[in-house]
Amino acid sequence: MNWVSQNMDLALGLLLTHLSLAVPAIVLAVLVAVPLGWLAHRKRRVRGPLLTGVGLLYAVPSLALFILVPSLFGFSIRSSANIIIVLAIYGVAILVRTCADAFDAVPADVRQAADALGYSTWKRFWSVDLPLSVPVTMAGVRVVVVSTVSLVTVGSVIGVQSLGTLFTDGFQRGIIPEVLTGLVLTVLLAVAMDVLCVLIERALTPWNRRRA
Amino acid sequence: MITSAFAWIADAANWGGDAGIWMRLLQHLGVTGLVVLAAAVVAVPAGIAIGHTGKGRALVTFTSGAARALPTLGLLTLFALALGIGLAAPFWALVILAFPPLLAAAYSGVESADKVTVDASRAIGMTGMQVLRHVELPAAFPILVGGLRSTVLQVASTATLAAYTADIGLGRFLFVGMKTNHYEVMIGGALLVVVLTLVLDVVLALCQKAVERRAG
Repeated sequence: MNWVSQNMDLALGLLLTHLSLAVPAIVLAVLVAVPLGWLAHRKRRVRGPLLTGVGLLYAVPSLALFILVPSLFGFSIRSSANIIIVLAIYGVAILVRTCADAFDAVPADVRQAADALGYSTWKRFWSVDLPLSVPVTMAGVRVVVVSTVSLVTVGSVIGVQSLGTLFTDGFQRGIIPEVLTGLVLTVLLAVAMDVLCVLIERALTPWNRRRA
Repeated sequence: MITSAFAWIADAANWGGDAGIWMRLLQHLGVTGLVVLAAAVVAVPAGIAIGHTGKGRALVTFTSGAARALPTLGLLTLFALALGIGLAAPFWALVILAFPPLLAAAYSGVESADKVTVDASRAIGMTGMQVLRHVELPAAFPILVGGLRSTVLQVASTATLAAYTADIGLGRFLFVGMKTNHYEVMIGGALLVVVLTLVLDVVLALCQKAVERRAG
C-alpha cells in the first residue's frame, strides 16, 4: 500500500476531475429527462416510441458512443464535453421511463383538486405534479448517479482523465494497489453521492418526513 | 470520417482472416454466451433457492447494488494484472457482472408466484419440490427469460471493453484503430458494435415473445 501514501494527491485530484464530469452529466440528464417524462405522461401517442427509443439507446455500449458521438457532431474525442454529453444521454435513457411513471403516480384526486381551484396546467405542473413526482423520480436519479459515477471511468481508455486513469495507468505499469485505489474510490464516491440524493429527496419532500 | 468508416466495413478484405470482422464477431458472441452460461449455472439455482426458501434475500439486494457501483474497467484491469492478459481475466470480470442480474431475475421470478396458490398447494399436501416445479417455476419463467435477455445484452455490450486487456471481440478494432491512428477502423468498429447490440436486442426481444407465447 506504499503506492497509496505516495500518490494521495494524484488520487484526490482525479477524484475531483471525476466529479467535474459526473455531476454535470447527471444534472443535464435530469434536466432533459423530466420534461421528456412529462411529455410521455401527457401524450400517450408519444410514450411508446419515446420509451422504445431510449431503451434501444441504453443497449448501445458506452465505449462505442464515446467514439461515435464526437465523430458525428465534430468535437474532440478526448474532451470532457464528450464524456458529459454521452453519459447524459445514458442518464436520460434510464430516467425518462421513471419520470413518466413518477408523473403517472401523482394521485388523481390531488390533481383534480388543483384543477378545481383554478390552477393553470403550467402552475399545476410546478406546484403539484413536479413536487409530488419527486419520490419516484429520485429512485431513478439514484440509479443514474451510481451508474454514471461508474461509467465515467470508461472515458480513461480514450484518454479522458478520471478515477478510471488509475485503472489504465495501473494496468500499463502493473501496479495493483493503484487499480485497487481506483476501485475503492469510485465505489465510495458512488455511495457518498447516493447518500446525498437521499438527503436531497428528504429536503424536497418535507411532507414525507414526519411520517418517517 | 464516417464515410471512410463505412468504406472500411464494406471492404470484403476486412471480413476474413484470424483478425477479420467475422472472427471478431464470433469471438464476441462466443465470450458473451460462455459468460452468461457460466454465471447462469450458479446464479439461477441460487436465485430460485432464495425465492423458494425466503432465506438470503439480503444477498440479492447487496449484489445488485454492488454490481451497479463496481466499475467494470476496474475489474477488468485488476483481473488482468492478477491473472495475466489471457482470456481468463475478462471471463471472470464479465461473470461477476452477469451474476447479480441473473440472481435477481431468478429470485424475483419465484417470488412473483401467487402466495395464495403457493399456500393452497402446500395445504393440499404438495412437497416443497412439487410446489417449486408446478407453481413457482412456471410463474418465474417469463421473468427469468427477461432477465436472461437483459444480461446477455449487458455482457455483449461490456465485452467491447474487455478488448482493452485481452485480444478478443469487436472491441479490438476500437483499440487497434485508436492506437494506430486509423480512425476509420476505430469508428467502423464502434459502428459494428452498435449494430451488433441493436440486432441482438431485437432478436432477443422476439425470442422472449415466442417463449412467452408458448408458456402462456
